[in-house]
Amino acid sequence: MNDRDCAYASLIDGDPHDQWAFGTGFEDPLAGVDTTAAPGVDGADLAAYCLMLADDALICAQRLTQWCTNAPELEEEVALANIGLDLLGQARLLLARAAAADPRVVPVLPDGSPVPAEDALAFFRDESAFRCVRLVELANGDFAVSMTRLLAFSTFRLAALHRLSDSRDLVLAAVAAKGAKELAYHRDYAARWFITLAGGTDESRRRLAQAMTTVWPYVDELFRPNPVERRLAAVGAAVDASTLRGEFDSVVAQVFGASGWHPPTVRPAPLVAGKSGRDGVHTEALGYLLAEMQSVARAHPMGRW
Amino acid sequence: MPMTGRSAVSRARECAATVTDPEMPMLTLVDLGVLRDVHEGADGCIVVTITPTYSGCPAMAAMRADLERALAAAGFDRVEVRTSLAPAWSSDWITESGRRKLAEHGIAPPGPVRTPTSGAVPLNLVAHRPVVQCPQCGSPDTGETSRFGSTACTSLHRCRSCGEPFQRIKEI
Repeated sequence: MNDRDCAYASLIDGDPHDQWAFGTGFEDPLAGVDTTAAPGVDGADLAAYCLMLADDALICAQRLTQWCTNAPELEEEVALANIGLDLLGQARLLLARAAAADPRVVPVLPDGSPVPAEDALAFFRDESAFRCVRLVELANGDFAVSMTRLLAFSTFRLAALHRLSDSRDLVLAAVAAKGAKELAYHRDYAARWFITLAGGTDESRRRLAQAMTTVWPYVDELFRPNPVERRLAAVGAAVDASTLRGEFDSVVAQVFGASGWHPPTVRPAPLVAGKSGRDGVHTEALGYLLAEMQSVARAHPMGRW
Repeated sequence: MPMTGRSAVSRARECAATVTDPEMPMLTLVDLGVLRDVHEGADGCIVVTITPTYSGCPAMAAMRADLERALAAAGFDRVEVRTSLAPAWSSDWITESGRRKLAEHGIAPPGPVRTPTSGAVPLNLVAHRPVVQCPQCGSPDTGETSRFGSTACTSLHRCRSCGEPFQRIKEI
């Protein structure tokens, strides 16, 4: 019998990376895509920027999937898992793009390890090497906290990806154009739930108010200027996040307006010695999340199936 | 079996066009608009280009394997399946025959994508309620129960006439 007669054999033929036991497996998400950087775009900067965008999506996806078997309704569970899957797909492409732009960002694993680059980045980096904003790593809390976080995150990310679809890095532009279509669904979903909770009962409003004080202090950080981003924005490859605040405020004002909600004034979460998520300085929540996400893979860096 | 030149490529194209979607096997990859190109590479291998429906589409690996297997069975031993990310897949790319097959199998086909005007992507706070015909009984009296279904590309609906739930391909 030819190997190709067996569906499973053809899934793992060829590349040893396909056989790693714990990863996304099966294929390079950028197979056949030209990953040459555009002239004037620094590879190291591009990799660092892709890690920011990838880590936001990866960590948010991990939080969303933690709702599986815990969501209030089956339909919401399916919705949260779908949103997580979209973000995980974006993260895979962006991690692979980071590795192609500057292979030095990929953790070095033992010789002969079957772990592909995107998985090495997801599973073998320590907390301080993650570049996600602190907003995405916060614990899920209750449904109101998760919806409030998703509203803030998807509003921010949609604004960023929409503009990034013109990036001079064609891979980034393509990932962003596709991701923006997905984010439009995520943002509508979170916004509608926010309005539903605001118009619900005293209890749902109490929880929403609590959620705002938990989540909103981490909103300012989304728009903090960042030198890598600024350098790449200057050559047309990235979006300077500090330019997105106006659009963010106008979208959330629509949601607050439609829900009769008056957002409380919250003090931004303090930086740590002037640093935050993009600098690798995180809340304690990220360590626990990474321990759960990474421990099995790290125990078996040579694991094959 | 030596096969080169134009006829080999057109045979490869015909063969690739018969490969079906792993999650909706009533559709070919052509019906779905996922098969973008089949051509002969400089070194004589067959280069097939596909594009994912959604960034996290878990069916890409199976599609790739199915294409390689079908082409190998047709005598093409050297096949390279490439991913194309741009332009991003749109539900508008589902062919007329694909739409008919979906409906025949109880899945409502998508409506046209409303192309956003220039500027920021508008927020859509009111559940958009196009008239969706129940693919089971044909009644237009249906409602969306969730915008997210069992696969990334579907939403969940219910028919108030026949009482049956059904899925629909989302516009994207």
